[in-house]
Amino acid sequence: MSDTHIATDHHDHHDEPARGFMRWLTTTNHKDIGTLYLLFALVMFFVGGAMALVIRLELFQPGLQFVNPQFFNSMTTVHALVMIFGGVMPAWVGFANWMIPMMIGAPDMALPRLNNWSFWILPFAFTLLITTFFLPGGAPAGGWTLYPPLVLQTGDALPFAIFAVHFLGASSIAGAINVVATVFNMRAPGMTLMKLPLFVWTWIITAFLLIATMPVLAGAVTMLLTDKFFGTSFFAAAGGGDPVMFQHIFWFFGHPEVYILILPAFGVVSAIIPTFARKPLFGYSSMVYASASIAFLSFIVWAHHMFTVGMPLAGELFFMYTTIMIAVPTGVKIFNWVATMWQGSMTFETPMLFAIAFLVLFTIGGFSGLMLGVTPVDFQYHDTYFVVAHFHYVLVTGAVFSIMAGAYFWLPKWTGHMYDEKLGKLHFWVSVISVNVLFFPQHFLGLAGMPRRIPDYSVQFADWNMVSSIGGFVFGFSQLLFVVVVIKCIRGGVKATDRVWEGAHGLEWTVASPAPYHTFNTPPAPAAIEGGMR
Amino acid sequence: MLSATSLRRGLYGVIPALLLSPSLAYADWALNMTEGVTPYSKEVYGLHMAILGVCTVIGILVFGMILVSIIKFRKSQGAVPATWHHSTAAEIIWTAIPILILVVMAFPATKALVMMEDTAHSAMTIKVTGYQWRWGYDYVEDGIEIFAGLDEASNRARQINSGIDPVSVDNYLLETDNHIVIPSGTKVRILTTAADVIHSWWVPDLGWKRDAIPGFVNESWFEVESGKEGVYRGQCAELCGKDHGFMPIVVEVVTPAAYKEWVADMKARQVASAELTQKTWTAAALQTHGRKVYEANCMSCHQADGQGIPGIFPAMAASQTLNGPLADHVNLIIQGKAGTVMTGFGPLLNDADIAALISYSTQTWGDTARVVQPAEVAELRGARRAVVSAN
Ligand code: HEC
Ligand SMILES: [Cu+2]
Repeated sequence: MSDTHIATDHHDHHDEPARGFMRWLTTTNHKDIGTLYLLFALVMFFVGGAMALVIRLELFQPGLQFVNPQFFNSMTTVHALVMIFGGVMPAWVGFANWMIPMMIGAPDMALPRLNNWSFWILPFAFTLLITTFFLPGGAPAGGWTLYPPLVLQTGDALPFAIFAVHFLGASSIAGAINVVATVFNMRAPGMTLMKLPLFVWTWIITAFLLIATMPVLAGAVTMLLTDKFFGTSFFAAAGGGDPVMFQHIFWFFGHPEVYILILPAFGVVSAIIPTFARKPLFGYSSMVYASASIAFLSFIVWAHHMFTVGMPLAGELFFMYTTIMIAVPTGVKIFNWVATMWQGSMTFETPMLFAIAFLVLFTIGGFSGLMLGVTPVDFQYHDTYFVVAHFHYVLVTGAVFSIMAGAYFWLPKWTGHMYDEKLGKLHFWVSVISVNVLFFPQHFLGLAGMPRRIPDYSVQFADWNMVSSIGGFVFGFSQLLFVVVVIKCIRGGVKATDRVWEGAHGLEWTVASPAPYHTFNTPPAPAAIEGGMR
Repeated sequence: MLSATSLRRGLYGVIPALLLSPSLAYADWALNMTEGVTPYSKEVYGLHMAILGVCTVIGILVFGMILVSIIKFRKSQGAVPATWHHSTAAEIIWTAIPILILVVMAFPATKALVMMEDTAHSAMTIKVTGYQWRWGYDYVEDGIEIFAGLDEASNRARQINSGIDPVSVDNYLLETDNHIVIPSGTKVRILTTAADVIHSWWVPDLGWKRDAIPGFVNESWFEVESGKEGVYRGQCAELCGKDHGFMPIVVEVVTPAAYKEWVADMKARQVASAELTQKTWTAAALQTHGRKVYEANCMSCHQADGQGIPGIFPAMAASQTLNGPLADHVNLIIQGKAGTVMTGFGPLLNDADIAALISYSTQTWGDTARVVQPAEVAELRGARRAVVSAN
């Protein structure tokens, strides 16, 4: 009798998590799951980064020195898959898990068990993907875009890779549904939509993009599977199919996907810049509308990834016009951030440094994006290192830098300790310099005529490749500094205050640091919500 | 895969390479796109520079504002934060101005695109077919067929740890065994297609690239201005498998008169090569020629030593085809193996090539050496054709 009583009692409170591995395996706590996602993403950044270093090692000088071309192609292919699906996306889901409930004054995510499941799919999916390196024929080597007919030449790895993509899709959809359900049902009373922090807004939009596009990707790869193993010919001209149709379907997923990777970054930067400028975010509602219009436009620009397949003139014009139009809402965002800094009172802690670097370098990626959107010129740029430079500016100095910014920004809230500011700044400066040494020369290489995805090149490209590789190695190894900062911060350091940053606003800063295992079991007072609004 | 020895050898190479890399001496530190040699490429170059200019101006403004705020509005300078966070006027301005810029840019871009898509009134047509990993060219009017793959010198030097310095190879990776020749001042229509996977035909100086897609034919055109005769080089631009980086394009542009001579010359050579396939070869000549054909066509997959790559490309010695009936062997080379990357070499190799190839392979990897004459291959090819057309 008393035994059961104690058990129920314990169950009712469960303030303290269980210990050991079972805590992490069975947890339904949004903070635990957020931590799992973030650590998983960190590991994947190093796995994908190691592959990038193999690429840069081989490209250090002309001639083949280290790997054969087939393995090189596997490196570029799996590097991309790991970074996109294992690094950036899980990192954003990790932020969403940690921050969204605290930002909207909810006790947890709406669907905690689904939450556990959507995380634990990931390690299995990536194990599946990575083991393909040991199969006959090696890992997929047809590019992360999986274009047929080339991808159908993959050896035994193909079905494994496709199942891995299916798993990743299921995980992403589950995560997205959870975010939508949480934000629409669990906001604290008084937290109206137009009071949501921008990170929540951008994540909501991201979630809808995920729900709309991941099934499309799943469909496309399933068609590859049946083409290869069940005699269909969706993408085989000989059977009445069309290889270009795959590209249309893929990029109908793929273009919104790039906004899936970058929209949460907009949210993070919109939280950090006002904090360290000590001034409210400029044009909150236009930020929301700009994000929404970017998301809408992202559905009608996909064919700009495939201008050279031979579309009708009308199609080329349509996709050129819609593509360059994206510059308008993106510009609004950039200008709004600059206006937020204008007449502020700024300090430059590590999160702010990363946010400012994001602002500048993402804008450079935006410029090259605009250039690529102009179809006749894209006939030159397409499939060259110019494109490689472009998407690494938006994804590395865009998405990854804002992940760094967000991590530094919220680490004190997560761990209860301040991180080592000196080390953080060192990490920033080494990263920001080396990343430009790494990627800026790739613009030159592309313009000079170097195609992407080649393991070897003619000697005229030797100069900038060597520079780029040196930048790559410094950038890659300097990320170990980040690991040191995180470990130090988890283990100890100056005790963080609740507010942490002088200019911080928002509900997450009203709870203790580290954030208790359960927050907002009772909704916050309306005054606290108003206080968070800037 | 990364092997420890290659890693060590490579690392030893890195340090001197850094200090006095010979490849750097040849590099030109190029920064920008080529202006090219066609009216279209010049149009594209102009557009590229214009947009780059617009982006640079906007960049200077935005980054300037950021820099000024970093310098002026810092707490350590005693800056007091303002509290404003909205200005409809400002937001209208920075929505409207970019729209205007884009509209202005859209006009020349549209004009260039319309120009590119207008393939009418071309004087000649060349059908370009992508193969893994070489290009086939079919001069539709002049009846000339050319296959062009990576040249021998580059091909040797590019083998992993070949020990050959790429710098010592002329036009490393940008040279082909055969050139295509084009008359200047002539509008040439290019039809691109492919036999296996998607490729993309790109010569930067012509101003565009276009995908070569199996089962589909794409149309494009170029016209090299008179006075711009010369050799222009490019590469396959769409990932097409293992040797995607090794299928260059070389276009030799000559005056229309020189082009006519070249056409006549090619026709004469066609006749000569027909004679070669009719004569009887010595065993030694078959071996030498066979080895050449093998290195140019088969080595990239089955490797120089015929050992292949385990799990992907089978070893030649392990193939029963080498010891089976001659007809099967000829058949395999001509039509390949359906559903695998072992494609048919029928259109690429003539009867003498195939005879030499079989003589060489069986001598090197087979249980019993065979000496096959072109006439035997011709007969089998003829029989095949009869069977195929009967079906
Ligand atoms: C694109 C890579 C590639 C090229 C180039 C290539 N092969 Fe192959 N070859 C293969 C593959 C893959 C197979 C195995 C096919 C299969 O799955 O049975 C193969 C199989 C073979 C076999 C064994 C067939 C059997 O079942 O016994 C022979 C013989 C052969 N190739 C000869 C050649 C010759 C001769 C050439 C040059 C004219 C050549 N190959 C060029 C990839 C290639
Ligand atoms: Cu190709």
